[in-house]
Amino acid sequence: MPRAFTPKVVTANDLKLGDVIYLTQDDQWSRALREAELIEDEAVAQLRLLHAQSQPGQVVGAYLMDAAKGEDGPEPKHFREDFRRTGPSNYNHGKQAEQV
Amino acid sequence: MYRYTEFDQAFLAERNAQFRAQVERRLDGSLTEDEFKPLRLMNGLYLQLHAYMLRVAVPYGTLNSAQMTKLAEIADRWDKGYGHFTTRQNIQYNWPKLQDVPDILDALAEVEMHAIQTSGNTIRNVTADHFAGAAADEILDPRPYAELLRQWSTDHPEFQFLPRKFKIAVTGSEIDRAVTKAHDIGLRAVLREGQVGFEVIVGGGLGRTPMIGKVVREFLPLADLLPYMEAVVSVWNILGRRDNKYKSRIKITVHEHGIDDIRARIETRFEEIKPGFEGADLALLKEIEAGFAAPDWVQAGTGGFEAHLAANPAFKAWCDTNLHDHKAEGYAIVSVSLKKPGATPGDASSDQMRALADLAKTYGHDELRISHEQNVNLPHVRKAHLPAVYAALRKADLATANIGLISDIIACPGMDYCALATARSIPIAQEIATRFEELGFEHDIGALKIKISGCINACGHHHVGHIGILGLDRAGVENYQITLGGDGTENAAIGERAGPGFSAEEIIPAVERLVLAYLDLRKSRDEAFLEAYKRLGAAPFKAALYPEAKANAA
Repeated sequence: MPRAFTPKVVTANDLKLGDVIYLTQDDQWSRALREAELIEDEAVAQLRLLHAQSQPGQVVGAYLMDAAKGEDGPEPKHFREDFRRTGPSNYNHGKQAEQV
Repeated sequence: MYRYTEFDQAFLAERNAQFRAQVERRLDGSLTEDEFKPLRLMNGLYLQLHAYMLRVAVPYGTLNSAQMTKLAEIADRWDKGYGHFTTRQNIQYNWPKLQDVPDILDALAEVEMHAIQTSGNTIRNVTADHFAGAAADEILDPRPYAELLRQWSTDHPEFQFLPRKFKIAVTGSEIDRAVTKAHDIGLRAVLREGQVGFEVIVGGGLGRTPMIGKVVREFLPLADLLPYMEAVVSVWNILGRRDNKYKSRIKITVHEHGIDDIRARIETRFEEIKPGFEGADLALLKEIEAGFAAPDWVQAGTGGFEAHLAANPAFKAWCDTNLHDHKAEGYAIVSVSLKKPGATPGDASSDQMRALADLAKTYGHDELRISHEQNVNLPHVRKAHLPAVYAALRKADLATANIGLISDIIACPGMDYCALATARSIPIAQEIATRFEELGFEHDIGALKIKISGCINACGHHHVGHIGILGLDRAGVENYQITLGGDGTENAAIGERAGPGFSAEEIIPAVERLVLAYLDLRKSRDEAFLEAYKRLGAAPFKAALYPEAKANAA
């Protein structure tokens, strides 16, 4: 039996900076996960991913990440995505330093 | 050291111009990522978790002060003021922007450095003993041979599309400080009947299928080096599996065909290609060797070194751990630890890089080395200058006296930076080092190598750590497996998995139990952890790691 669909966010890296970015509902790319569009329908998720992948001049390596609804926008389900939205743990660099 | 010829300069300028144009075409949309990716990887540029990462080669770990100063300048100008030295004697910048990379490569070219073949399915940076040209136990200086191999392998037309990456390490001493048995090819200088040659080891490697290399040629005359190496890579290039990237490294080829079959093929190929070299390789080697002539040693005594040693306990503690015997009288090899407890293993700030460059210039015949253990060496320091060097290192926060001790940990970047990682490595290294500093008996524990990798690719060499730690993702939680008894020296051994993994919270107490058990078990202070492990086997150490299992069995 196929696994039940769980909510997703489209994420990628910015071509110029390499920074982690998220697709928003109004087709923008945000550096903050809380601003991302939480997609709860599998067919919509595939369409949104295709939309992201059709922008090779802006983004690299778009994929669907697991997320859950939080009080302040989507929350990551896996620790890897938690690090991606924060930055490294050894220095105050990346998003945590930029207060994204 | 080797200085670039006009040919080298022109080659590098051309490559950098090509890459600049490739970046422009990527940014203006003419190239897709699929088209661009192999081009950027050929120039050492990765896309990691939070940003791009540029891996710059430090050929065989050798740098001069101008190069180190330039690395610092790049860190300040285009990155976040630091660099990360790796287990392959490279330096990685974690935050470059794509459009800046061509300028960074041009800056590197100013000091005869590049990032070519630090990635991709090519022959990578040739690594060497970090005491090269200085160690008292050295048979030959491995660097001219490593440089010959660098020139031969750079842009070698036959070897640009290998089945997988290919790593070569060279040591000029019978004592192996270059982990030669865990490389695709390891070269170890040996003396036989008064003749110097190389023992050639093939098929070593760590990663998901760790293997200790096998001797394919017990004695290779120095003059045959290049044709023989070309024969090895050529045989693997044809035979190596391209259908499955997990089976493509030469270790699997050797394993599947057997060392005797591989040896026979290499010897046949060697005989075939050797005449084609016509001595050009040896003429080139001769030119290269001239660049590696030893400095003029200053024979003027050791100044106040002994008196300073007797009067200053902190200096003595540092000398006890961080110095190694030099071949020239009155000199020492200084190891500068990049492993201050709590710091990120292998990281140096731009200020620290400049301090090291200044020390090399003032007191070290302008030479520096990067070690695969992620430390920096000043290979030629007069003992008379050691007190001044130590004082300057203290000022730069670089005087940690822990070389070879439990806090001198190798750690890969792990999931703090790496896109391939399955767990973090750096915080585990930081916490272990900090914990043992608190306990205060690091020097009593003595020689103990902990090596940490954040995934099975084993960049942190965990398989050859006396205590190896492998970070994994177990059902969405970081989990750390311990291996015991690994050894990266000439007695190389793959560590044995101790048992179930530990959570991030449990792993530090687990290592502490292991080390306390060792202190109870050792015969004397002279019996190092690895020796005690070899004598007693895994059982008493496993019992310390898993006390509940012992209780349940009782």
